[in-house]
Amino acid sequence: MKRIKQAALLAAFVLVIGVLAACGSEESANGESSSGEGSSVSGPITIDGSSTVFPIMEALTYQYQKEHPETSPTVNASGTGGGFKKATRGEVDLTNASREIKPEEQAIAEENGIKLEPLEIAKDGITVVVSQQNDFVKNLTLEQLRKIFLESSEATKWSDINPEWPDKTIKIFSPGHDSGTFDYFNEVILEEQPLKEGENTTLSEDDNVLVRGIANDPYAIGFFGYAYYAENKDKLKALGIDNGEGDPVKPTNETIQSGKYTPLSRPLYTYVNVESLKTKPQVLDFVTFTLKNAGEAAKQVGYVALPEERYKEQLEQVKKWASEK
Amino acid sequence: MLEHKERPINRKVKRRLWLNAIMKTGFFAATLIGLIFLALLLYRVLNQGIGYLSWDYITSFPAPFPEEAGIWAGLVGSIMLMVIVAAIAVTIGVATAIYLEEYAPKNKFTEFIRANIQNLAGVPSIVFGLLGLTFFVYMFSIGYRLLAGGLTMALLILPVIVVASQEAVRSVPNELREASYGMGASKWQTIARIILPAALPGMLTGTIIALSRAIGETAPLIIVGAATAIYTLPDSLLSKYTVMPIQIYNWTGRPQEEWQYVAAAGIIVLLVVLLMMNAIAVGIRNKFQKRL
Repeated sequence: MKRIKQAALLAAFVLVIGVLAACGSEESANGESSSGEGSSVSGPITIDGSSTVFPIMEALTYQYQKEHPETSPTVNASGTGGGFKKATRGEVDLTNASREIKPEEQAIAEENGIKLEPLEIAKDGITVVVSQQNDFVKNLTLEQLRKIFLESSEATKWSDINPEWPDKTIKIFSPGHDSGTFDYFNEVILEEQPLKEGENTTLSEDDNVLVRGIANDPYAIGFFGYAYYAENKDKLKALGIDNGEGDPVKPTNETIQSGKYTPLSRPLYTYVNVESLKTKPQVLDFVTFTLKNAGEAAKQVGYVALPEERYKEQLEQVKKWASEK
Repeated sequence: MLEHKERPINRKVKRRLWLNAIMKTGFFAATLIGLIFLALLLYRVLNQGIGYLSWDYITSFPAPFPEEAGIWAGLVGSIMLMVIVAAIAVTIGVATAIYLEEYAPKNKFTEFIRANIQNLAGVPSIVFGLLGLTFFVYMFSIGYRLLAGGLTMALLILPVIVVASQEAVRSVPNELREASYGMGASKWQTIARIILPAALPGMLTGTIIALSRAIGETAPLIIVGAATAIYTLPDSLLSKYTVMPIQIYNWTGRPQEEWQYVAAAGIIVLLVVLLMMNAIAVGIRNKFQKRL
């Protein structure tokens, strides 16, 4: 008797879940077929890679799936490195990246007979920020940036950078070593030398933690993607970067898009598996869709679009890759 | 004479009562600390998330706009994953515990295995993720699918279930076993009819603690390929899937403030599911406790 009850309970539980799931899939099918536009493509599209690029891809797949309800795109966010690991084994159709593929990753791909090609889909400007409460710094030269962030420099106080600035300790806030943002800053500013560490340095994988830390401390400085600055303009001040030409440039949509904000504006990529382009019509269709809509999607989630011609050029390129034998 | 003797005793009694009062206050304060932080957490999450929580939120797929984003894919994914995990981990875990407690010879080797199972419970979850990737995703070539996630999570919580079930089996009074043997029951009959029902409440407690851990895990599932954005529900063991913690984690990392509220709403849903799981377990447990 007891055992029957137990079994009944279990069966009921499973049934409830089954019904829930069934309702859900039916609902979504109904909801989306009405908005579908009689598309012919179908099938899965697997995407992985950078969590920085993820919001753009989410915006794109969301819209694409609405228009093509027979396709089932999935976007993972295992990071640029994790994405390349899967892509070089041919496990995904696209992998997002906030940096270029490394030679050793390329080598693995070639070994496995996988051809990966980069598509630039947006730009991001790594923004160096201080708190709104900071009233002495406006611009920094690359030299000063190095002095502030490098382990090897002696400077620990603002007055060490510029004698007119206060005699206060510099508090550094930086993304963690696993992030593509750190990689890029490390490469172009620090030139692969170690970052200052210790009690005055805070590392965090969560950019919102950095935002909060810098906003509340007039002697703090840090860097992260432009979107995090754009959302917190009332609390943070972006610094102009003087790359040696004596003309400091602040990050804005225009200076990032035109490349004037250099060297800290960086391209965001998605790498496409050329084999998928050739054999899976839905992947080719989605990539085409991506290049037509990436600019809009990028703006929507706080990144900067590329100039229109750049997308068109790449569209031609994709067609060539797809038709190559 | 009498008065002289009474005094030190009085003082001793007073001191003991005083010590008791101090300890009581101390223990109460310790309890209070936990409760205060729990209340703060609940207040913050409810305060931030309740505005975004709606039927639409529960039944919507991820979206690039905070107002349209929903937890449906994660909710269904998490529940399906938990069913798989519970089915596998409980079966294997309870069987292991019964073998180790009832059948295995009491020697150094058994003791060694026991100690190691306890150690396994402390291994960081990411290690199980890597294990799952190597074995389930590649070696058994399941791929980045629901079943691989379920097997990985089952492995992750197996040690907790084994240890809890062992404790439960051990705490069944020996008199019950002996009475059963005395009536001529075989070992298996004793286990099935006496020990399992008596140990069930303890096993369920362990299971629910383990499942509560599993439902909140993110890292191992990202490694074995749970998606972050997905627009279809899993319809078989070999479907692509996502789970609630991955979606919540993704939302909390966004620059726009509204996403924090979307994440908070997700946490509320996760907590409700957790409470429901607990309620089911407590319900079953109470039924069986009455029997004894």
